[in-house]
Amino acid sequence: MTLKSPTVGLFVTCLVDMMRPQVGFAAVKLLEDAGCDVCVPAGQTCCGQPAYNSGDNKGTAAVAETVLRAFEDVDYVVAPSGSCAGMIKEHYPRLFADDPVLGPKAAAIAGKTHELMSFLVDVLGVTAVEASYDGTVTYHDSCSGLRELKVKAQPRTLLNSVRGLTLKELPGAEVCCGFGGTFCVKYPEISNKMVGEKTIDIAATGADTLLAGDLGCLMNMAGKLQREGKPVQVRHVAEVLAGMGSEPGIGEAPAPNRATGAEGQD
Amino acid sequence: MSGSREQILGRIRSGLTQAAGPLREAPEALEKRTLDHPRGIRPSRVDKDEAGLVELFVQRAEKVNATVARIASLDDIPDAMAAYLANENLPAAFRMADNPDLNAVPWDKRPALEITKGASDGKDEVGLSRAVGGVAETGTLILASGKESPTSLNFLPETHVVMVKRSEIAGTYEDGWDAVRAQGALSRAVNFITGPSRTGDIEQTIYLGAHGPRRLHILLVEDA
Amino acid sequence: MQPHSHNFKENASRALKNENLQSALAQMKVGFIERRRVAVEDMPEFEELRDQARDLKNHTLANLDFYLERYEKKATEAGGHVHWAATAAEARKIILDICKSVDAKNVTKGKSMISEEIALNDAIEAAGLNVVETDLGEYIVQLRKEPPSHIIAPAVHVLRSEVEDAFREEHKHLPDERRLTEPSDLLNEARQVLRQKYREAEVGITGANFLIAETGSSVIVTNEGNGDLTQTLAKVHIVIASIEKVVPTLEDASSILRVLARSATGQDFSSYTTFSTGPRRPEDLDGPEQYHVVILDNGRSELLGGEFQDALRCIRCGACMNHCPVYHAVGGHSYGWVYPGPIGSVLTPTFLGVEEAGHLPNASTFCGRCESVCPMRIPLPKMMRHYRVKEFEAGLAPPSMRMGLDIWGFFARRPSLYRFASRMGSLALRMMGGKRGRADSLPLASGWTDHRDMPIPTGPTFQDQWSARGGKRRPSR
Repeated sequence: MTLKSPTVGLFVTCLVDMMRPQVGFAAVKLLEDAGCDVCVPAGQTCCGQPAYNSGDNKGTAAVAETVLRAFEDVDYVVAPSGSCAGMIKEHYPRLFADDPVLGPKAAAIAGKTHELMSFLVDVLGVTAVEASYDGTVTYHDSCSGLRELKVKAQPRTLLNSVRGLTLKELPGAEVCCGFGGTFCVKYPEISNKMVGEKTIDIAATGADTLLAGDLGCLMNMAGKLQREGKPVQVRHVAEVLAGMGSEPGIGEAPAPNRATGAEGQD
Repeated sequence: MSGSREQILGRIRSGLTQAAGPLREAPEALEKRTLDHPRGIRPSRVDKDEAGLVELFVQRAEKVNATVARIASLDDIPDAMAAYLANENLPAAFRMADNPDLNAVPWDKRPALEITKGASDGKDEVGLSRAVGGVAETGTLILASGKESPTSLNFLPETHVVMVKRSEIAGTYEDGWDAVRAQGALSRAVNFITGPSRTGDIEQTIYLGAHGPRRLHILLVEDA
Repeated sequence: MQPHSHNFKENASRALKNENLQSALAQMKVGFIERRRVAVEDMPEFEELRDQARDLKNHTLANLDFYLERYEKKATEAGGHVHWAATAAEARKIILDICKSVDAKNVTKGKSMISEEIALNDAIEAAGLNVVETDLGEYIVQLRKEPPSHIIAPAVHVLRSEVEDAFREEHKHLPDERRLTEPSDLLNEARQVLRQKYREAEVGITGANFLIAETGSSVIVTNEGNGDLTQTLAKVHIVIASIEKVVPTLEDASSILRVLARSATGQDFSSYTTFSTGPRRPEDLDGPEQYHVVILDNGRSELLGGEFQDALRCIRCGACMNHCPVYHAVGGHSYGWVYPGPIGSVLTPTFLGVEEAGHLPNASTFCGRCESVCPMRIPLPKMMRHYRVKEFEAGLAPPSMRMGLDIWGFFARRPSLYRFASRMGSLALRMMGGKRGRADSLPLASGWTDHRDMPIPTGPTFQDQWSARGGKRRPSR
């Protein structure tokens, strides 16, 4: 049972913050449209995955503490990323299992943390969005979201409500794109092979747009598609659902009447 | 070397007792469990009556490239055997396990059949064995080694024919083990055979007749 | 075999350029994955069976001493000889001593990963005996003088034409003009050649998928029937099995068998599942005169009660590597030792140490597909991460990485400093990528930009834009 006008703390994620802020705004719009009271706690930085997956448990715990503190006052923590949400939800409790003070806090935050698509559909019961998108879309299931958080049907449910949008399933949608955080720079040749297999599958669908729920995966696939000259637009699924699907896709030149940097402060 | 035994068991015990959990049980309880040999999940595919189980057995055996001939009684086996061999262009000869049920078959109805008995010397093209039972869940035959059932007969001839009675078709492997246990102490070799020999080792494509028999033919005798 | 896991990156690099290998891998992934999927669909209880298999193994491991002793007692009662080997060297010695005791000249082998682990074949040949692998895939790699590249399909990396080359090279006694273009030609030839070997062998060595405490039986699971011929026709049958192979009862083995073949090849059940108990009996017409079981530890007992105990649940089905995108890219030989794929990434550092095998648990995106298909629900990514922790704590991480993490951590613990750093980073990247929206090369990021373009930030950071709009930092109430 959800709370009336639940308070949601948006966990922005490093990549959204620096590389593609409009995903954050899309998330805010979707959450507010669904009746949430959304805030962006100032005390957040990173979920700690880079350190965690490098074996640096102490470094991870130090950063995770920041997260625990920043999101104490909200009903829910929502991230437009399966891997960041998964980090908080599945791994924070493990990280702090033996800590008498932070253990309970980690369990508490884990209990209220969700990936964006799953939060909208599974928790808030959203079944449709008000948006249109004129194009054929194919969808990549990012690994953490899929396997740790069971995000599979939810983005598709919402995409099906977008006027004008045709969804073409990606063969091998559940196969890893090869990003894997530091993996893509530590084992670049293997990562390249994996993303190369992925772009073959994407091109074979004939879709003009690729969507997914994790910016790391999206940047990886967009970068490869563009290096190969394949004309597929790449966006975060939240952008299309929030009606922002006409903005330039990932890696595309900014719109001609708007140079980067004109928005907001510099 | 008894040193190694104590060393290994010692390390196991210390590792387990240190991280002692609720899973570690007293030897008496473990012995009891072993003797009780409790069963696990029973697949729903065997929720069928006797006729249904026999059909399942045939369906699953055929799915793995065994062939099944339904025989009304022991009396019909000579004709069935002769017909099968002729159909497969095989000589009318086979080595048979020296089994009372197989011996009771009226082979003189088909005197042209050349029959030898006992373990295979590798030169037989066809072997005929008697199964202990069958398992419907995967179309599997159970054969147990013994004087009346030499193991080599199950593997050396290129064509293996096995006689099993309808009443011996059990639902699950566990049901099959009940039947095997009922026969007394476990034989040296109990073979669960599911279809003929095969390999996928050349470019991932399945080919039959790797080292064991190329053909498995089941004589399913309807007599109870 | 001499491990070369430390060369993983170079191995992988070569593998990626090997067209024959890439072609074989492309075929392999489609076959295994689809067949497993079909088999699982056909068994509605499959998920429960996985839970049950995991629980059974956990129960067994928690009481392993009891079950091993019981197994030994029953196997001995049945006339078998049980030997305990703490190390690989001991296991080799025990086996060679048995071979010498019967003046063996020829040995046949069924497929056994343990025998690879202890480098048994080399030891047998060094002692002057002939040893031939009878599993077709193992025979092929034996002829090619290379290790297996997959734990159930040893020659999965070999093309048909390469098998033909190997057969022509080895089977010199057969006429040159014979046709070997069809796989069935190759199969018939192998069958013919190996038949002779079974007959000649005094000793047949197999592994065991299970050892059954209730009855003292060893179990082999094959499709070819080679294991059965190996263990039935020789005078002496030696089973080599590691300590965690034991299961309590025949029923328990049946439960786990239900998930084994389905996970491995997508079959409901393998062609031959054989339960052997002791040597030939007085009334038997065939069978080995002597039956020996060598129980191997080789470091496994040390895992009990620790964070890697779950790896001992492995039933060597190969599902993890069949579904692993890294394995699909580089194949089994890249891993540099006996066990490839995700399970190899856990077992290799376990047996050989993190200095030798450090790359393996790192060369993973933690996609989790392995864990999602493992019939025994082994948390493979978690265990790979444990090794990353061990490596980090042992100071094995490259200094540049440690420094990078320290710097990142410094900022990540200080929100306003972090926002400042993001702001600067965003600005710098935007200046480099400018109007294009992406960069095709960036300093310090060649790992990325060698193969793909890098998208450029689309504007000031989200945090700055949010502040600029006066966005809420706290909940309203």
